[in-house]
Amino acid sequence: MSTKAKARPATAPVVFTANRLRDGRVVWLGTAGLWRDAITETVPFAPEAAETGLALARQGERDQHVVGVYAVEVDLAGPTPLKFRERLRVQGPSVAAEAA
Amino acid sequence: MNALTYPPHARTYRYDEIDREFLQERIAEFRGQIERRLAGELTEDEFKPLRLMNGLYLQLHAYMLRVAIPYGLLNSAQLRQLGRIARRWDRGFGHFTTRQNIQFNWTKLEDVPAMLEALAEVDMHAIQTSGNCIRNTTTDEYAGATPDEVVDPRVYAEILRQWSTLHPEFTWLPRKFKIAITGSPNDRVAAQVHDVGVLAKRNERGEVGFEIHAGGGLGRTPIIARKLRDWVPEAEFLAYMEAVLRVYNALGQRENIYKARIKILVRDLGDEFTQMVEREYERMPRDRYRLDPEIVAAIGAHFAPPPFASLEDQALHADPEFRQWASASVRAHRQPGYASVTISLKPIGGIPGDASADQMEAVADLAERHSFGEIRVTHVQNLVLPHVRQEDLYALWGGLRAAGLATPNIGLISDIIACPGMDYCALATARSIPIAQRISERFASLDRQHDIGECFINISGCINACGHHHVAHIGILGVDKRGEEVYQVTLGGSATNDAAIGELIGPAFSYDTIVDAVETLITTYIAHRVPGERFIDTYRRVGVTPFKDALYAPA
Repeated sequence: MSTKAKARPATAPVVFTANRLRDGRVVWLGTAGLWRDAITETVPFAPEAAETGLALARQGERDQHVVGVYAVEVDLAGPTPLKFRERLRVQGPSVAAEAA
Repeated sequence: MNALTYPPHARTYRYDEIDREFLQERIAEFRGQIERRLAGELTEDEFKPLRLMNGLYLQLHAYMLRVAIPYGLLNSAQLRQLGRIARRWDRGFGHFTTRQNIQFNWTKLEDVPAMLEALAEVDMHAIQTSGNCIRNTTTDEYAGATPDEVVDPRVYAEILRQWSTLHPEFTWLPRKFKIAITGSPNDRVAAQVHDVGVLAKRNERGEVGFEIHAGGGLGRTPIIARKLRDWVPEAEFLAYMEAVLRVYNALGQRENIYKARIKILVRDLGDEFTQMVEREYERMPRDRYRLDPEIVAAIGAHFAPPPFASLEDQALHADPEFRQWASASVRAHRQPGYASVTISLKPIGGIPGDASADQMEAVADLAERHSFGEIRVTHVQNLVLPHVRQEDLYALWGGLRAAGLATPNIGLISDIIACPGMDYCALATARSIPIAQRISERFASLDRQHDIGECFINISGCINACGHHHVAHIGILGVDKRGEEVYQVTLGGSATNDAAIGELIGPAFSYDTIVDAVETLITTYIAHRVPGERFIDTYRRVGVTPFKDALYAPA
C-alpha cells in the first residue's frame, strides 16, 4: 500500500524506501529484493526503469516485510535524496538530543 | 507496580474492575491483531484502522504510540510508569502534546502489547488517541486549584470521557472530534478553537450549567467557534452534546477530508446548524440521557480536594534566582498557604514538550513529596504540580533544578508550542523543533525574556496546525517549497477569551532567516510598545504595518 508511489513520473534516478513492518524502521531496497538499513546499500533505478523497481519493491509489501513503499529521487553520489524529507529519513531526526 | 501503589490523595479517576477487565480484553484483542499482522495474515490496509484505533501511527522513522492522558491528569505512579516505558521501549524520552497526551516516537510494533500491558498496570491506554472518533477531552491544568474557578471541569471531563469512550454511534465520525472544557471564566483551554468548547458555569441559584460553542478549529481552515447555547442545564449536558454530535455525524462531509470537520458544517449552515441541534435535542428521549445528580456526585468524589493543611500565605524565599523562577512558574492557589507550580518542558535549546525518563521519575517523586502525588499536563506542553505548600516552593525549585526542569520561562518567548514536525511526523512538510530550539537560543537571556514579557510563539510543521500556530501572538507555519522548508508568519492570534486567528504577514522566510524575522518582530514591538503592553497589545494597537515594514523593508 502506498499512495506516494502514484507521484509524478521520475525525472532523476530513483531508489525505493519503506518502513520495516516489525519495528517501523526506515529501510531501502537493495539487491535481490532485500531491504537494507543503509541507503548506501540501495540499488538506484534509472527514471525510465522506475516502474520495474516499483514492482520489485511492492513485492516486499506483498511479502509483509515492509510498509509504505515509495520512490525517492536521488543524486547518485551517495546516493543522496533530492528532497529534504527523504534526507531526514536517511539521517534520522535533526534533533541532536534524540538522534543520539 | 499496580494501582494499589497509587498516591492515596491524588485526585485522578480510579478505574473499577470492569474498566480493568475491559482494558485487558482490548489488549488481548490487539495483541492478536499484531500477531496476525506480523505473521502476514493481515495486510496493512486491513491492519491500519485497527492500529489507529489503538493509538499506533506509522511515522517517518518508526511507529509512534500516542497514550491518552485523560484531560491531562496524572498521578505519580502513572508518570513513573511512563518514564519506565520510555526507558525500556523507547529511547528514553516521551513527548507531551497539545492534546495533553504523551507520544513515544520510537515504538516497535512487536513491543506494543507489552507497552499496553505496562500502561494498563496504571489504568492507562492508547484507545481513541487516533481515528475519526472523540479524542481526549482537554481541560484547565489548574482545575481544582485556581482561585478563578467556578465549576470543577474535571468532573465533567470525566463524564465526557465515559460517555465518548467506545460510544457506538460516534466511533466512525466524518473526522476526528476534539472537545475542551473549562470551569473558569478565563479560558485556558483554547475552547473557541475546538470542535466543541464548553464553559461550565453557575446560574444565580448556584446550579451548574454549560455554555456550548461548536465549529471552532485550526488546520487548513481556521475558524473561531460559534456559540450554540448560553446555558444547558447539568442534567441535559449529555443530551445536548449528543445532539451536536448527531447533527455532525449525519451531515459532515465524509467525501472530502478537507471539509469533513464540524467547523466547515457549522460555517456553511450558520444559524441553521444551531436550529438543527435544537430540533434533535428536543426530540431525544431526555429521561434516557438525563445526567443523574448521583452519578455526578459519585464522579465528583474522585476529584474531592486533597487533605489540605490549614496554612497561611507566606513570603517567598529571598534568593533572587529562585524569585525569578517563581515569578514565571508559581501561581496563586485557592487554598491559603498553597500554590500551583508550572514546570517548564522548554529548556533553552531543548525540544518543547519532551521529557526524559529520568525527568518523568523526578517529577513523579517531587509530586509525591510536594503535591499529593498529582501532576497535570498542559496543552502548551508543560507540566503542573497543582497543590504545593508555599513553604515547600524553595525545596521544590531545588529538586526541579537538579532535574534540569527549572527554566523560568513560563508564558515568555521561549515557552514555545511546537509539533514534532518533519523530524518525526509523516504528514509534516517542514521541521518545527529546530526552529523552536533556535528561537529559544536566540532569546536565551532570561532578563531579556522577562523584559519582552508575555509572548506566545507557536510552530506547526504543516497546515494541519498541530502546533496551534494560528492562535499564537507570533505563529510560524513550515511548508514545503520545491523540496525545501520555508516558514510563513502570522501575527495577532489568541487562544484565550479574545480568541483570534493570526494574520498572515507576507512572503515566507527560509530556514536560515526565520529566527532573524522573529527578532525583527520583537525589536519592532519593543520600539512601539507603551508601558504595560504585551506583544499582542501593541500589535492590536498599532496594527500590522510597522511589523510588515520592518520585515520586508528593502535592505
